This record gives sequence, structure tokens and C-alpha cells, in this order.
Amino acid sequence: MSAPAVDQLHPSAGEPLVPTGTPAIVTEGLTKRFGSVAVVDQLALEVPAGSVFGFLGPNGSGKTTTIRMLLGLISPSAGEVELFGRPMPSASDEVLPQVGALVEGPACYPWLTGKQNLERIDAAGPHGERSTRPARIALALERVGLSAAQDKKFKAYSLGMRQRLGLASALLRPRRMLILDEPTNGMDPQGTREIRHLIRELAADGTTVFLSSHLLAEIEQVCTHVAMMSLGKLVTQGSLAALQGANAARVEVQTDDVGRAVEILRSLGLEAEVQEGNVRAELGDRRPEDLSHALVTGGVGLRGFTIERPSLEDTFVALTGEGFDVAR
Amino acid sequence: MLLAELRHLFRRRRIQALLVVLALVPIAIVVALKLSGGPTRGEGPTFLNQVTNNGVFAALAALVITLPVFLPLAVSIVAGDAIAGETGLGTMRYLLIRPAGRSRLLAVKAATVVAFCFAATAVVAAAGLIVGSILFPVGRVTTLSGDTLSVWSGIGRIAIAALLVALSLLGLAAISFFASTLTDVAIGAMAATLGILILSGILDAIPQLSAIQPWLFTHNWLSFGDVMRTHITWTGITKNLGLQAGYVVVFTSAAWARFTSRDVLA
Repeated sequence: MSAPAVDQLHPSAGEPLVPTGTPAIVTEGLTKRFGSVAVVDQLALEVPAGSVFGFLGPNGSGKTTTIRMLLGLISPSAGEVELFGRPMPSASDEVLPQVGALVEGPACYPWLTGKQNLERIDAAGPHGERSTRPARIALALERVGLSAAQDKKFKAYSLGMRQRLGLASALLRPRRMLILDEPTNGMDPQGTREIRHLIRELAADGTTVFLSSHLLAEIEQVCTHVAMMSLGKLVTQGSLAALQGANAARVEVQTDDVGRAVEILRSLGLEAEVQEGNVRAELGDRRPEDLSHALVTGGVGLRGFTIERPSLEDTFVALTGEGFDVAR
Repeated sequence: MLLAELRHLFRRRRIQALLVVLALVPIAIVVALKLSGGPTRGEGPTFLNQVTNNGVFAALAALVITLPVFLPLAVSIVAGDAIAGETGLGTMRYLLIRPAGRSRLLAVKAATVVAFCFAATAVVAAAGLIVGSILFPVGRVTTLSGDTLSVWSGIGRIAIAALLVALSLLGLAAISFFASTLTDVAIGAMAATLGILILSGILDAIPQLSAIQPWLFTHNWLSFGDVMRTHITWTGITKNLGLQAGYVVVFTSAAWARFTSRDVLA
């Protein structure tokens, strides 16, 4: 997937609607009840403009319901949504043309080809100028790597191809923000890599990317900011660095000379202890290379020296005390 | 968007097949008439008798025969699918975030349903007219009043009749369209509409219910036959059109109220 000259087709892409600094998404007290169950409960999100924002949570934690409220597909039971400082859903006509979205998987007309599907959706709303349509469609299909299959009927598409077509439809016009709900669902590892690459490319152009996923590892690789949901409630949100820092990295030393290793680490101010035959300690603000150097010069024979950074999953478990399983 | 939507509808195989089937109904009847040598005088639906004398009447016979079942069936398929079809596929959410605008989308969909009512009726009348003219002699058109009209003014009358039939279908179409906003299953909307159609037919046949019968949307359906009088009598036709307009207003308002406020979860 190369990056063709987007600017020629999207001359207005860089023009901001509102002053910079306005968050892309703000929600306050956002709540959706189905019957007596609050599927989304008092959600207060803030998505900085220009961020790649990972919206995480197990299946059933309220991610898709939140996204539906962000886009005005369903009305909140309580609370408010603002996109680029404009209230939703009342400002839909103004805001939504700048937002590309993939909501709960792609949905297309099975009897039309991939290209015809894009033509139809482009014709269905504002800013879908007919003169630029063929070029915009060709560009979008190329960006998601679907050019070769554009004339196949949608019903003949594999799950991964369908997902790509959904992404292509989100990329048909210049966007200030993309809201992508589980974008790599059904994709093979190669496809997942391509999508990650695409997201980075879009983010580099200044597009805000709001990315929901239950695959924490996937998010970790592309996001600058993260919010975590559990049972409809926001568990935490903030920059990825801040979240990972909150749960500090650990060092693990594998050696036969356990006693000597503990001694050296303690002399460097670490609270080292022996667990399962290995020496472990919180890394704190020390550099790993200093520790390994000290151990080796101290005559400790190293079989292994590992730095464990807590994954987002560890953070999630630490915050909720629960595993990252299907909720409810 | 309306043009794109119309192209989307009429380019669909299912819709094309539906129109072909509608055309086949008058063709089959006229061919059967030709093969059997025509019905005995005084039997069969209105206008069918005259077909053997004048092929032009095949268009009217076709309208009379398809109006009770075939045309409503076709219309309820399209109107029932208009909204529910999109929600069922999930494409509705992408149309809404496009953003197509709920009211605008509803208006465009309603317009395509109206267009289909006209197209379906035109197909039936045209198929009857064409096949009737091929298989039977064509001459001056005898009106119900006993006078004769030139072939061309006869065909003009038939065009008016077809127009009235199309308008007669709008009440039913509005019901089906409203049903379509209630469900994500197009076939449910269609079935509900046909149920209402059958119920209306039954109620219209029970003498004790004469008080409510003038309010049934099927009650004045056959009033279009009045255009075949030398001087067209408009009473029944006006009543019918007024009633259809009432149904259209009530049910499209209900559809609008429902669609603009509903949660789109599919």
C-alpha cells in the first residue's frame, strides 16, 4: 500500500473547522440503558485531536454502543457528546462529513461489486462530488489493497476483504477523524500489519484515529492514548506512556549464583528477591544496561536477563482485578 | 441522491424480475383468451369481454386483474424493503453516518416507492396494451356509456386509468413503508402489509360493516373504471384519491416520527 498524492484529490483536507486544541471527542455523563441495564454508564471520554486513541475493553463492555452514540445512530439515555466541539447528534450534518467510520463490521449490498458499493455510499450524502468520485474510489481501494478485487461482487468477498472495503468507504473523502470499530476483525496477520501501517500513515497526516479493539496487543503498537472500558464504565484513560508507567517495569535475572546477584542488585538500591529460583526486582528509573554491566563485572554468570514491561492487559487486570474476558 | 437511489432500485435483479412477472400476468391472460376463443359474454372480470373485439381493452382488463393482488404484492415487497432492507443489511448505519440525514433519506426512499408504484402499473398496462393489440383487432373504443371513442383517445383514457391505479396503490404503499420502519426484517413488513390488505378486503365484503367500508383503502379501488364512461364521472375517483391521500399523510407521518427517533442498532 503506497501513499498516492492525497492532496490533489482532497484540496480541503488540511483546513481546520475549529481552532486547534479542541478535542476531537468529548463525552460527559454519557449513559445508555437498554431496559434497566446501563450498557454505557456515565462515560466521560476526552480524545485529543491528532491522537491515535485506543478504546479498549472486553467484548460486551460497551465499546460499540459508545461508538453508536458518538455517531448519532442511537440516542443516549443521558449525557452529551461533542465531536470537534460541536454537539451530536444535532450537528450531524456539519460534523459527520469529516468523520469516516467503521461501526461493528462492514455492511454492504451483497449483489453489488466492491466498487459499486462505494459509488452508492458516496452518492448518498454531501461532499461526494461526482467528478472526483472515480479517482477517490480508486485511491481508497488502493489504500486498503483491494484494487484487484474491486469488480467482484461483495457476496464473494472474504471477511478480511469485507473489512477492507468498509475501511475504503471510511477513506472516500478527506477526514479529520476516523472512528474504527475492531478494524482488523477477520484479517490475517499480513492484513493486520497493513492496517496498522495505514493507521500510522493517516495519523502522520494529522487525522485523529479512534480505534476500538478487544485485542490489547494490537492497540499497544499504534496508539498514543488509551481508554479502558469494563462493564460499561470507564476504567482509565490517558496517554499510553502514562498508563504503562503507572505499572512499572521489572527485571528478571536467571543465574546459578542467586545470592551474589541479589547482593549486587540490592547494593544498587533495588529491592531484589528470589522467586522460583530467579532474581526479580522492580526496575524503577534505572537503566537495564547498567544493571547487566554491574552483574557481569560482579562475576555473576548470567543465563538470562529480561526486562518485563507490563502489557496493557496487565494494566487492565491491575485496574479492574478481572481477567480480560467477555463481560456479563 | 434520488437519481442514484432510483438507479439502485431498478438496477436490482429482484426488482427487474418483479416487473417481468407483472408483465407476464396480462400476457398470460391475453394469450389464454386467444387460445380459448374468448370468454362467454357476461362472465369474468370487467373489460375482459371486450378484449376479443378490441385488443386495447386488454390493458384495462390487466389493471382490473392485477389490482387486487399482484400489484399490491409487488408494491409491498418494494415498500416493505425500503427501510427494513437497509437496516437488515446493516447498510442503514453507513447511510446515516454518511450522513444521508434521516428525513432526507426517508423522503428519497418514499419517492422511490412512489416511482415503483407508477412503474409497476405502467408495466402492467403497457404489457396488456401491447399484447392485446398484437393478438386481437384494434378499433374504436366503446365506452361504458355505449358511445365510441377514437383509438387514440381510448388509449388516453387507459393512460388516465393506469395513473389512477398507481395513485390507488399509494395508501397501501404508505402502510407498508411505515411497517418497514418498525422492523429490521423486510419480509415482516411485507407480510404485515399483505395481512392488512386481506383484512381490508374481508371487511369490505361483510355487509354489516357498511359503516366503516368507505374508510377502507381498498374500497374505491375499482373506481378507475369510471374513466371509461363517455363523460368521466369523478365522484368515486375523487373519493378514492382523497382516501389514499389520507392514508399517505397518516402513515408517512408515522413513518417519519418513528424513523427520525429510533435507535439504529443493526
